Parts: sequence; structure tokens; C-alpha cells
Amino acid sequence: MAITTTKSAFWKGFRDGAPFLLVSGPFGLLFGVLAAEAGLIVPEAMIFSLSVFAGSAQFTALQLMQENTPVLIILISALAVNLRVAMYSASLTPYLGGAPLWQRACAAYLTVDQSYALSIVQFETHPQMTLSQRMAYFFGTNGCVAPGWMLATYIGALVGTQIPASWGLDFVLPLAFLAMIGPMLRTPAHVIACFAAVATALPATALPYNLGLIVAGLIGMMAGAQAELWLERRSIAKDPS
Amino acid sequence: MTQPPDPTLLWTIIIGLAIGSFALRFAFIGLMGGRTMPVWLMRHLRYTAVAIIPALVAPLVVWPTPTGGTPSLPHLAVAAAVFALGYWTRNVLIAMGSGAVGFLLLFLLAG
Repeated sequence: MAITTTKSAFWKGFRDGAPFLLVSGPFGLLFGVLAAEAGLIVPEAMIFSLSVFAGSAQFTALQLMQENTPVLIILISALAVNLRVAMYSASLTPYLGGAPLWQRACAAYLTVDQSYALSIVQFETHPQMTLSQRMAYFFGTNGCVAPGWMLATYIGALVGTQIPASWGLDFVLPLAFLAMIGPMLRTPAHVIACFAAVATALPATALPYNLGLIVAGLIGMMAGAQAELWLERRSIAKDPS
Repeated sequence: MTQPPDPTLLWTIIIGLAIGSFALRFAFIGLMGGRTMPVWLMRHLRYTAVAIIPALVAPLVVWPTPTGGTPSLPHLAVAAAVFALGYWTRNVLIAMGSGAVGFLLLFLLAG
């Protein structure tokens, strides 16, 4: 269907975003449950999800809080996990940067994996869309995901306290993260970054204040960047055109 | 059930993360306008998530919390299987599903 009005652009985004409920629903549920396990009460878990609105950063903070990590390290680590949304924001700027400030502020809050992935494909394949249609589409992609995420957090936080510790639920978080890592490893450079980080992280647990996480993260990033440079140079040497 | 976290710590983190993650997203679309970031920085930023998340997960898998930090072959095997499925299928949903199945297996083994 062609996008002719701002309203239809919103509903197109809404429909495209609906299937992502399958991802954000269980994820929000899991956050609610783990937050309850960590001792957060329902309103605390809700405000956490509502104000931060970034799943992987929330999980990271939750995990580190239980390991008695200093506040500054928790904040740096959780924000570093979330740096990719800054890149999404940078990449959306050519398409949405002309909108009024309040709309851009709302769009910034709603920039998550799902809304970015859908919108960037839509904008690239439909260059004729107007600015207001683009903004409407972007907001539409969040139509299901954002409310779904909040509701799931709420349900998870409610039931979470009922779950006994003997279930070993602590291990669900590493499993959820592991499930996310595989699909993220798109190039050899990603794989190198990942393995460099893991190889550093294990011995680096000896460092105080969970500093090992930051050190391992930085080494992984540098390994990835260097691998990318090296692979680029090699492909240029192979195929000089 | 663990102790509830210290309220000051919890709220510092919630407020800090709320402001920080909004600032990260707003910095570009709101303030940067059309300016671009240096290439070397973008090159490093591309690898933040694939470096930090594995660095966070690796110790949790090698020294799992449910066993009290003792390395455990079942936990390691389930973790490896979830990662491998995610990597080969490139599908978060399949990987998450396998994680749920793996968790059930661990639950039954422990019980």
C-alpha cells in the first residue's frame, strides 16, 4: 500500500512494528521478573522500564547492582551497552533531523532496535516520503512495542516475587544475552571483537570494582576496529579498482 | 530472594540511566544536526555491544550464580548451544526459544 497521508504512514508503521511484540513482550516480562528477584518493587521496576526504555542497558544495570559494583561503573557499563542507539540516532538524523525539536525529542526517546531497523529500511526504499510522513511512520513502529514493553514489565514484576530462588532463574539473564549475541556477529570483525572481549573478561574478573568489564569491553572494541581496518586493507590489496 | 537494593543506589542508577540513555539518543538527532562523527570513533562504536555484552556474560557462564559460582558442565553446554543456535540461524527468537528450553533442562537436572 502506498503511503499517501501522514495518518496512513503511522498505521503502516504500526502494522510493521506489531510482530516485534514477540520480542519485546518476553523481554519486558523477563526484566520484570528479574527486577522482582533483585528486590525491586513493582513501581520501581515500572519507572525503570518507563524512564530508561532500553532493555539491554536495564539488564546490565540489574546484574551489576547485584554484584555490588560501584555506581559509576554500573552507569558506564550500562550506557556502553546502549551506545548502539546513539549510532541509530546518528543514522536517522538525515531523515528526521528537520522535524520540530519536540518531535525529535520524542523520537530520541523511542529510538530502539525495532523502530530503527524498520524505519531505516522504509526511508531508504521510499525516498519520496515527506518529513511528516517519516515521523509518523517512526512513531507508528513504536505503537505496539512501547506499550507492550511496559505491560510486560508490569506483569513480570507482579509474578516475579512468586518465583522461588531454587529455580535458578539467575541463569536466564546470561542466556538471554547469549541469544542476542549470535545474530549480532555479522562480520569477522564482530567475531574478533567478541572473542577478544571474552578472552580478556575471564582473567579480568580479578580486577576490583568490576572494572574488568570496562577493560574487556574496550579491548574488544579496539580488536574489532583493528580487524575491520585490516580486512579493509586486505580487500583493497586483493581487488585494486 | 535477595535483599532489596539500597534505595539511594537504585534511584541514582535509574535517574542516571534515564538521563544518560536519552542524552545518547538525543545528542545526534537533536543537537548534531547534519554533522558527522570522526571515522575512527564510529569504527570503535560499531563494536561496543559485541564487546561489552560478551564480556558481561562470559564470567556468568563460567562461574554461574545458581551453583554458587562453581563451574558447571550443564550450564556451560546450554550456554554454548544457545549461542551457537543464535549464530547459525541469525534469529533472536529461535535463540531465545532454545534458551528457554535449555533453562528448563537445567531446572529439571537440578531438581
